Amino acid sequence: MYDFTYQRASSQDEAISNYKNADDARYLAGGMTLIPVLKLRLDKPSDLIDLGDLEDLEGISEDNGNIVIKAMTNHHTVNYSDLVKKHIPALATLAGTIGDPMVRNRGTIGGSLANNDPAASYPSAVLALNATITTNMNNIEADDFFKGMFETALEEGELIKSVSFPIPEQAGYQHFPNPASRYPIVGAFVAKTGGSVRVGVTGAGPCAYRQSEFEEAWSDGNMDPERIKDIKISPEGLNSDIHASAEYRAHLVNVMARRAIA
Amino acid sequence: MTYSINMTVNGKEVTGEVEGRTLLVQFLREHLGLTGTHVGCDTAQCGACTVHVNGRAVKSCSLLTTHLNGADVLTIEGLADGDKLHPMQEAFREYHALQCGFCTPGMVLSAIGIVDDNPDPSHDEIRHELEGNICRCTGYHNIVLAIEAAAKEMRG
Ligand SMILES: Cc1cc2nc3c(=O)[nH]c(=O)nc-3n(C[C@H](O)[C@H](O)[C@H](O)COP(=O)(O)OP(=O)(O)OC[C@H]3O[C@@H](n4cnc5c(N)ncnc54)[C@H](O)[C@@H]3O)c2cc1C
Ligand code: FES
Ligand code: FES
Repeated sequence: MYDFTYQRASSQDEAISNYKNADDARYLAGGMTLIPVLKLRLDKPSDLIDLGDLEDLEGISEDNGNIVIKAMTNHHTVNYSDLVKKHIPALATLAGTIGDPMVRNRGTIGGSLANNDPAASYPSAVLALNATITTNMNNIEADDFFKGMFETALEEGELIKSVSFPIPEQAGYQHFPNPASRYPIVGAFVAKTGGSVRVGVTGAGPCAYRQSEFEEAWSDGNMDPERIKDIKISPEGLNSDIHASAEYRAHLVNVMARRAIA
Repeated sequence: MTYSINMTVNGKEVTGEVEGRTLLVQFLREHLGLTGTHVGCDTAQCGACTVHVNGRAVKSCSLLTTHLNGADVLTIEGLADGDKLHPMQEAFREYHALQCGFCTPGMVLSAIGIVDDNPDPSHDEIRHELEGNICRCTGYHNIVLAIEAAAKEMRG
């Protein structure tokens, strides 16, 4: 790991202004992505700005039909939250599938979304539940947030504060994990909210996306798995690596979406 | 540039001068001489480096020491009470849950974390929660039995 200047922010304002004043800073949340990246020397920031002391970025609440999860809330907390289990059990389930207990004890929802790994679990839920991401500058709709592989709508230095998930009538998540890393090879989140169905898919493409063919098949709100069974997803543009070919991923998208609501 | 840090390790106050990039596992092994915490993969996959920070199991190969300034850290060296092993250590011994022993410190600390979250875990739950710990020797079966037995003992 190249060395860097370490700074510990004592308020959100301080984090944001220190970021601006540094040459080439990164925020540090749980470090479960950033530290491995630095160890591999894939990145060389001048400064790390640790968000670990910002207690006002942690916690889960219910607000007007939404579950609001603050950026520094870790995966374990979401997995065990009574509020999440009661209103969006599929989201609590998803959080419990991320990596392993040690990863879940540190990794945060804000870090996961900012990073936008092609195989990250949360983006599928953010898309399917039509969540809103609140930053120090903006409220960003799910459909506008994920731009490409490791690319988001966040501007340089923009800080994610919270994610607001509308409470759905019905939702489910299912993934096919990579046996070594536990990341989804393909994961599908299916949700019906206010009568309309959305399907978020992760792991299959360069970043999470909505599977419009399935949404159309279920557009009257009846999410019968049989209705999508014969829909063939094109492998065009899907990821292909040593773990799974694009064709296999295309096949898994259909299977995971059906299992998500089975 | 170096930073002065202090933390509690196994109940003792410790201080040190570390670089921003010094990993917790380096601090434990190289500064404090606590070599019971192992490095297996160094890429956050194997769990050999698992310790507890503020009561939660974490991978010490993927955390910065500076980030943990002021934290309370528990390593394998801090588990036994004199000659009396922690119930999890005792169960690993009793059930032959180790062969070469390389993964064991991390396994034991992970296992205690599993029982803290779920005092009466089923075999399936134990296996799911052990996904972050790799063992090259045992085939896991006796580890699962040991954790089940220790959980029973820890419930009292
Ligand atoms: C073994 C292993 C298995 C894993 N398996 C999975 C898995 O199955 N599914 C999954 O989704 N993830 C998985 N992860 C990744 C894990 O969920 C990470 O915790 C997560 O992707 C990043 O969160 P973090 O809090 O650790 O962020 P960090 O690593 O601290 O930061 C990641 C990036 O986000 C930026 N950032 C952090 N917080 C903010 C913020 N509030 N605002 C703006 N930018 C911010 C940082 O600057 C950095 O660029 C795994 C990781 C490991 C090590
Ligand atoms: S050495 Fe830390 S997880 Fe393998
Ligand atoms: S006992 Fe040898 S690696 Fe687990």
